[in-house]
Amino acid sequence: MDGDDITPRGNGARPEEERLPFIMVSGLEKSFGGKPILRGIDLHVRHGETLVILGGSGEGKSVLLRHLNGLLMPDRGTVIVGGRNLATLDDDQLAEVRKEVGMVFQLGALFDSMSVYDNVSYPLHEHTAMPEEQISARVRELLTMVQLEGVEALLPAELSGGMKKRVAIARTLALQPRAVLYDEPTTGLDPLVAHRISVRMRELQEHLGLTSVVVTHDLKNAFVVGDRFALLYHGKIRVSGTADEIRASRDELMQDFLKTAL
Amino acid sequence: MRDAFYRLLDQLGEIGLLTVEFFRYLFRRPFEARLLIDQLDSIGVRSLNVVNLTAIFSGMVLALQMGQFLAKFGAKIYVSRVMGLSLLREMGPVLTALMIGARVGAGITAELGSMKVTEQLDAMLALASSPVKKLVVPRVLATILILPLLTVIADAIGLAGGLLIAVTQLGISADFFYTSLVQNITLSDLMSGISKAFFFGYLISIIACMKGLTVTGGADGVGRATTSAVVAASISVLVADFFLTKLFLTI
Repeated sequence: MDGDDITPRGNGARPEEERLPFIMVSGLEKSFGGKPILRGIDLHVRHGETLVILGGSGEGKSVLLRHLNGLLMPDRGTVIVGGRNLATLDDDQLAEVRKEVGMVFQLGALFDSMSVYDNVSYPLHEHTAMPEEQISARVRELLTMVQLEGVEALLPAELSGGMKKRVAIARTLALQPRAVLYDEPTTGLDPLVAHRISVRMRELQEHLGLTSVVVTHDLKNAFVVGDRFALLYHGKIRVSGTADEIRASRDELMQDFLKTAL
Repeated sequence: MRDAFYRLLDQLGEIGLLTVEFFRYLFRRPFEARLLIDQLDSIGVRSLNVVNLTAIFSGMVLALQMGQFLAKFGAKIYVSRVMGLSLLREMGPVLTALMIGARVGAGITAELGSMKVTEQLDAMLALASSPVKKLVVPRVLATILILPLLTVIADAIGLAGGLLIAVTQLGISADFFYTSLVQNITLSDLMSGISKAFFFGYLISIIACMKGLTVTGGADGVGRATTSAVVAASISVLVADFFLTKLFLTI
């Protein structure tokens, strides 16, 4: 696949920051209505790497992901992103973090009353003072990055599942985030489209120097996008490591999980 | 029973919090004029038909009933006076608010609720933008601004309906109807109704927004929230009307 249309860009981290992981989670606990979902999560994501959080449905993967851009706040424990403890930030500071840490939602979460163009340009209109010609050039560039062309005037209802997800990725990349959180990026797509999206995610990560966290139960594509993997089970990280490390893990559950991918 | 009470407290709390947020974002730049105009159109202009129809028939019914009743005492000539008072002070604002509560309240809750269940509200937050600023402020502000205007229109159309009945059914001349009306109703009658409309506009829209933003559980949840938004908005309009009437009669 061609990657020429992507402008290379550093992740903007200062050298002294590089040594510290971009995202650090420690002792994270979260309950809903008295039911504990996360029971003490520790993990970190280094600059420019892709961490894949694996786990079955209902294990709280999305809940964990939503703590990384402050959509949810921990009951206990800390989430530190780029040196900032999210729980201590006010709305404006949190908004700054969210400009740096984009999120791609499971079904795209495109604004369904707006066209593709308005969706992708939304963050640009909101947060930049770019003139309209420049915005429209940028929207075209972003859509090309996710291999879509000529869809600007369509409404989300007129797009297929895979196209929606690609538009969602383009919208998330509009503000040139340093990190992107993906919630089940391949769920509900046919295997071919799922694979293509995964390859694209990997290319974008490499070309843009993005730090990524991907939540999925789709192991096959997890290996396409991920550098490191963590298995979430009963509210804790059960196993984590590189592809080789988790393959070599003697954890029974991890092995069961791996078998399903074959 | 106890649960229902806690739920009510919980929702009152949500409304309080959303009101604080509303005012916080209302004065935050940039002011979203475009979004406000869109809402003024969809909440106001597009509600005109339903408000007009409600008003004209209420006015006509009121004239028929009052005419019949007053005729028993030979007091048919007071019909415009009685109508003016009850329309301007009560029926104009309350019926308009109930119709808007049903039409606009349901619309707001359904729209925000379905955005919530499809994660569009989260997406807005994740894009460092605020659903309160982009969705709640324009809707609440538009409803607060538009309801008094719709009320004045409803007053006028209702009186026109009354006039029609007075002339055709009760044998009162249009001149007399008009003179008796303007001699007996005061500016404070009109203002009392208009001030009520501001409060009703706030109640309807803030309840509808709160119900929409707090939807849980998919399409089913959106349906339930929409129904309960209309019920809650209507009841709160009627309850508030009682207290506002009490207040306005003492000052």
